[in-house]
Amino acid sequence: MSGKEYRTITDVKGPLVFLNKTEPVAFGEIVQLRLNDGSVKNGQVLDTSDELVVVQVFEGTAGVDLNTGVKFMGDVFKLPVSDDLIGRILDGAGRPRDGGPDIVAEENADIIGAAINPYSRQSPHDFIQTGISAIDCCTTLVRGQKLPIFSASGLPHNDIALQIARQARLKDSEEEFIVVFCAMGITAEEFNFFRSDLERTGALENAVLFVNLADDPAVERIITPRLALTAAEYLAFEKDYHVLVIYTDMTNYCDALRQIGAAREEVPGRRGYPGYMYTDLAMLYERAGIVKGKKGSITQFPILTMPGDDITHPIPDLSGYITEGQIVISRELHQAGIYPPINVLPSLSRLMGSCIGSDTTREDHKSVSDQMYAAYAQGRELRGLVAIVGEDALNERDKQLLDFSGVFEDKFLRQSRDEDRSIDETLDLCWTLMSEIDTKYLVRLDQKWIEKYHPDNRN
Amino acid sequence: MSNEGVIYRISGPVVTATGMEAGMYDVVRVGHEGLMGEVIELHGDKAVIQVYEDTSGIRPGEPVLNTRETLSVALGPGLLTQIYDGIQRPLATLEEVMGVFITRGVDADGFDMEKKWKFEATVSKGDEVVSGQVIGTVQETETIVHKIMVPPGKSGVVKSISTGDFNVTEDVCVLEDGTTMQMMQKWPVRTPRPYQQKYAPDTPLITGMRILDFLFPLAKGGAAGIPGPFGSGKTVTQQSLAKYSDAQIVVYIGCGERGNEMTEVLDEFPHLIDPNTGKPLMNRTVMIANTSNMPVAAREASVYTGITIAEYFRDMGYDVALMADSTSRWAEAMREISSRLEEMPGEEGYPAYLSSRIAEFYERAGRVQTLNGDDGSVTVIGAVSPPGGDISEPVSQGTLRIVKVFWGLDAGLARQRHFPAINWLGSYSLYPPSLDQWFRDHIAQDYPEIRTSISGLLQVEAELQEIVQLVGSDALPVDQQLTLEVARMIREYFLQQNGFHEVDAFCSVDLHYKMAKAILTFQESAKSAMAAGAELQDVVNVSARTDLMRGRFEATYKDDIDELVERMNKEIADAVEEN
Repeated sequence: MSGKEYRTITDVKGPLVFLNKTEPVAFGEIVQLRLNDGSVKNGQVLDTSDELVVVQVFEGTAGVDLNTGVKFMGDVFKLPVSDDLIGRILDGAGRPRDGGPDIVAEENADIIGAAINPYSRQSPHDFIQTGISAIDCCTTLVRGQKLPIFSASGLPHNDIALQIARQARLKDSEEEFIVVFCAMGITAEEFNFFRSDLERTGALENAVLFVNLADDPAVERIITPRLALTAAEYLAFEKDYHVLVIYTDMTNYCDALRQIGAAREEVPGRRGYPGYMYTDLAMLYERAGIVKGKKGSITQFPILTMPGDDITHPIPDLSGYITEGQIVISRELHQAGIYPPINVLPSLSRLMGSCIGSDTTREDHKSVSDQMYAAYAQGRELRGLVAIVGEDALNERDKQLLDFSGVFEDKFLRQSRDEDRSIDETLDLCWTLMSEIDTKYLVRLDQKWIEKYHPDNRN
Repeated sequence: MSNEGVIYRISGPVVTATGMEAGMYDVVRVGHEGLMGEVIELHGDKAVIQVYEDTSGIRPGEPVLNTRETLSVALGPGLLTQIYDGIQRPLATLEEVMGVFITRGVDADGFDMEKKWKFEATVSKGDEVVSGQVIGTVQETETIVHKIMVPPGKSGVVKSISTGDFNVTEDVCVLEDGTTMQMMQKWPVRTPRPYQQKYAPDTPLITGMRILDFLFPLAKGGAAGIPGPFGSGKTVTQQSLAKYSDAQIVVYIGCGERGNEMTEVLDEFPHLIDPNTGKPLMNRTVMIANTSNMPVAAREASVYTGITIAEYFRDMGYDVALMADSTSRWAEAMREISSRLEEMPGEEGYPAYLSSRIAEFYERAGRVQTLNGDDGSVTVIGAVSPPGGDISEPVSQGTLRIVKVFWGLDAGLARQRHFPAINWLGSYSLYPPSLDQWFRDHIAQDYPEIRTSISGLLQVEAELQEIVQLVGSDALPVDQQLTLEVARMIREYFLQQNGFHEVDAFCSVDLHYKMAKAILTFQESAKSAMAAGAELQDVVNVSARTDLMRGRFEATYKDDIDELVERMNKEIADAVEEN
């Protein structure tokens, strides 16, 4: 484009700048604003017509006035990508934050990303061992899956995410994941925690960090995850890496989305969030997967904090409709001092069925996982009943199940932050714990697995 | 004014053009890349267009070309086994042209225009033919004969017609007045295809799922809604229906859903065998996959593309079942477009016309007398994804007002791993009065009565459970404890069904009738045994009852069940003597 600078701003509202007829400006085009003090802000075109252009300014509109110069850059937002990304820390708009040099681009990738043709996808089926029993046994993670952590303020979701990032690998394989970490509106303290942990374990050398902190411009959060995913797609589908994308916190992303919607005076949907939030979230989450003919993969771990622990809030709700399951963190378990406080009952991995069994984990996995779940669910339910009628009113079966629910939390869920249990260890642990229940009550276990794996029959 | 205008404004998927002659729902080509779009609003000189592809990088001033056609689908041999996006572009073709990522500006025919099909004429020179009449047939797949019909609006005397190998655009028939006919015809997706009249449905759509067929049957030509929160098994239920229902043609629309899930369907279906014909399931299936991250306007169009294809097969006299997963995503696409148009919103930001659009869509279901005089039907089964599982929201309510069958999925049941997680107390079907005669004639005279008994027991159980919650089950009188035991049998043995098990996934009507009857038989025998002094525990724990319940996973179950029931009765009778 001409590179001309326009001074035709008519209105400034929240993060948005409105300006009069300029030149034909492309939808989604990148914009530079030059303020009177010489500083530069970046933005993107949200609406364009012969008369009016609406620009969303990533760094906020503080200092913008009607004399601010506006330059259209002639292209949509692109991220320079190359192998050099690995090991770098970038800010929320993709600029180096670690004092290092600019990324030398091997190519410039459009950050919006195109949808993967469903016909070209490959069904995920490789089991990822996270070393966390609750996840490996009950909500098994598959390479190419998108599995969010539904958490809430004050809960140790960051520790869990880091533990997964540290320990995740394919069974019997040392092949490591490249971690793409995307921070949206988290505090500097939280970020330091992530960074020092990644440094401590040496994982930082195999990671790319995109960081937008709580005091960085909120609107920038709209593009941060797109940058992260663009980098992930490049590394996975051009460079054959297996990529694990962790983003935190999706709630801040959605709030930024709402902020822009409000500034544009859009008709709001539930709780003021824009009506297109489902589509918008899908355009992030759906960038996970494996495609035919490419070696790499993208697995996503979005973290979101449920406002007021409410799983029906629009953010977890819409996420749950897009992602392939969810891992739910429970305040009750956390307060009982159990780490990781994963409540397996509302947690789910939709792709679990495709990755467990004799070829991948172990032949008894499905049976064991069903039985553990059922026994724990019944035990938990009985706690309610006991509160009313007392433990003495229970029959033998119920007593055993009630005791089991305690053991489940104490021995099965609980593990230390550095404890990396193999899937065999996890399943053996399940058998040991279940052996405290009379076999005749374990109706979901196949007889042949009882004969093979039950501690009574093994010695 | 001409057919060519220029872009005036771009806001996401909504583009405004000026200087162009346009009518509502005209298909236009937008920008230098020729992105496909559809006119959805007119303001004087300005035409508002929803674009089916991503609009990033498009500028005001670029050209817009009006094709003067409305959004249409191509109908003809080659439809079956196809997998389309929302606007009938085959995904396999898109992969060839674009690679694994869907880019834009590519046009693709709905099916192979060059392939030669063997056309067998069924009318002769001099015959008078009318709209909708079958003039010839093509064996499209192993199981389906594709009937070539006179397009609606055309009629006359056949001047020439020939049997032989043709592609879909070659003339196969010429009328006296010079009208030519090809095997392919086009039809605008937003207009229902014509028929002579609608009949009241009187035949059930057999789905192979016990809870649906027995308690909440759906008629061929009916409409059903499946609302449920995430994780309650909507998609699994829809897929089971697509696999096992006894429709002759299945149209499956994945509307705004997960990519990986769609891939699973695409991977799985070609390997599945239709239990009704023994042939690959794909032979009778057309799929539309417009995942959540594909363009939102194409998602809006996908349900219309699907139902038009369904109606076309109905017009051949087939029973067609259409699954839409999920209609909420379709409604959200409407909401998104509507908000870009700055329309005054109705409830929760949805456009005010939401409920009428939903109603119009479901109204395209039905059992009809086709123009050819045949009997054909389109059954529509729409999944609904209510936010937070709360069905008081507009899409669920709009759906419930129009459908006659409501299969309510329940997150609580799903958590207990009770599948299909359909709530038996909250669900309903209004079809039993019109279907009962069919069940009496084809299955058993007392079929409706058995159903009443079973659903009555479930009601009683729900009341008893409330008491049990307070005092424990031991505090109930023995006869009520037996009722609870029988109800548990209904739930675990009859209502639960493993959609992934090779035998249990499909249950015939004959068999589920026998199973329901076996439960009532158990109740009767147990009652009389207990009246004669037997203990509840002994009666409940007879081994033949366990065998009866477990046996349903065996392929030979339908032959063994009678004997198992007999053995159970005998063992229960023996329990009396032991006392």
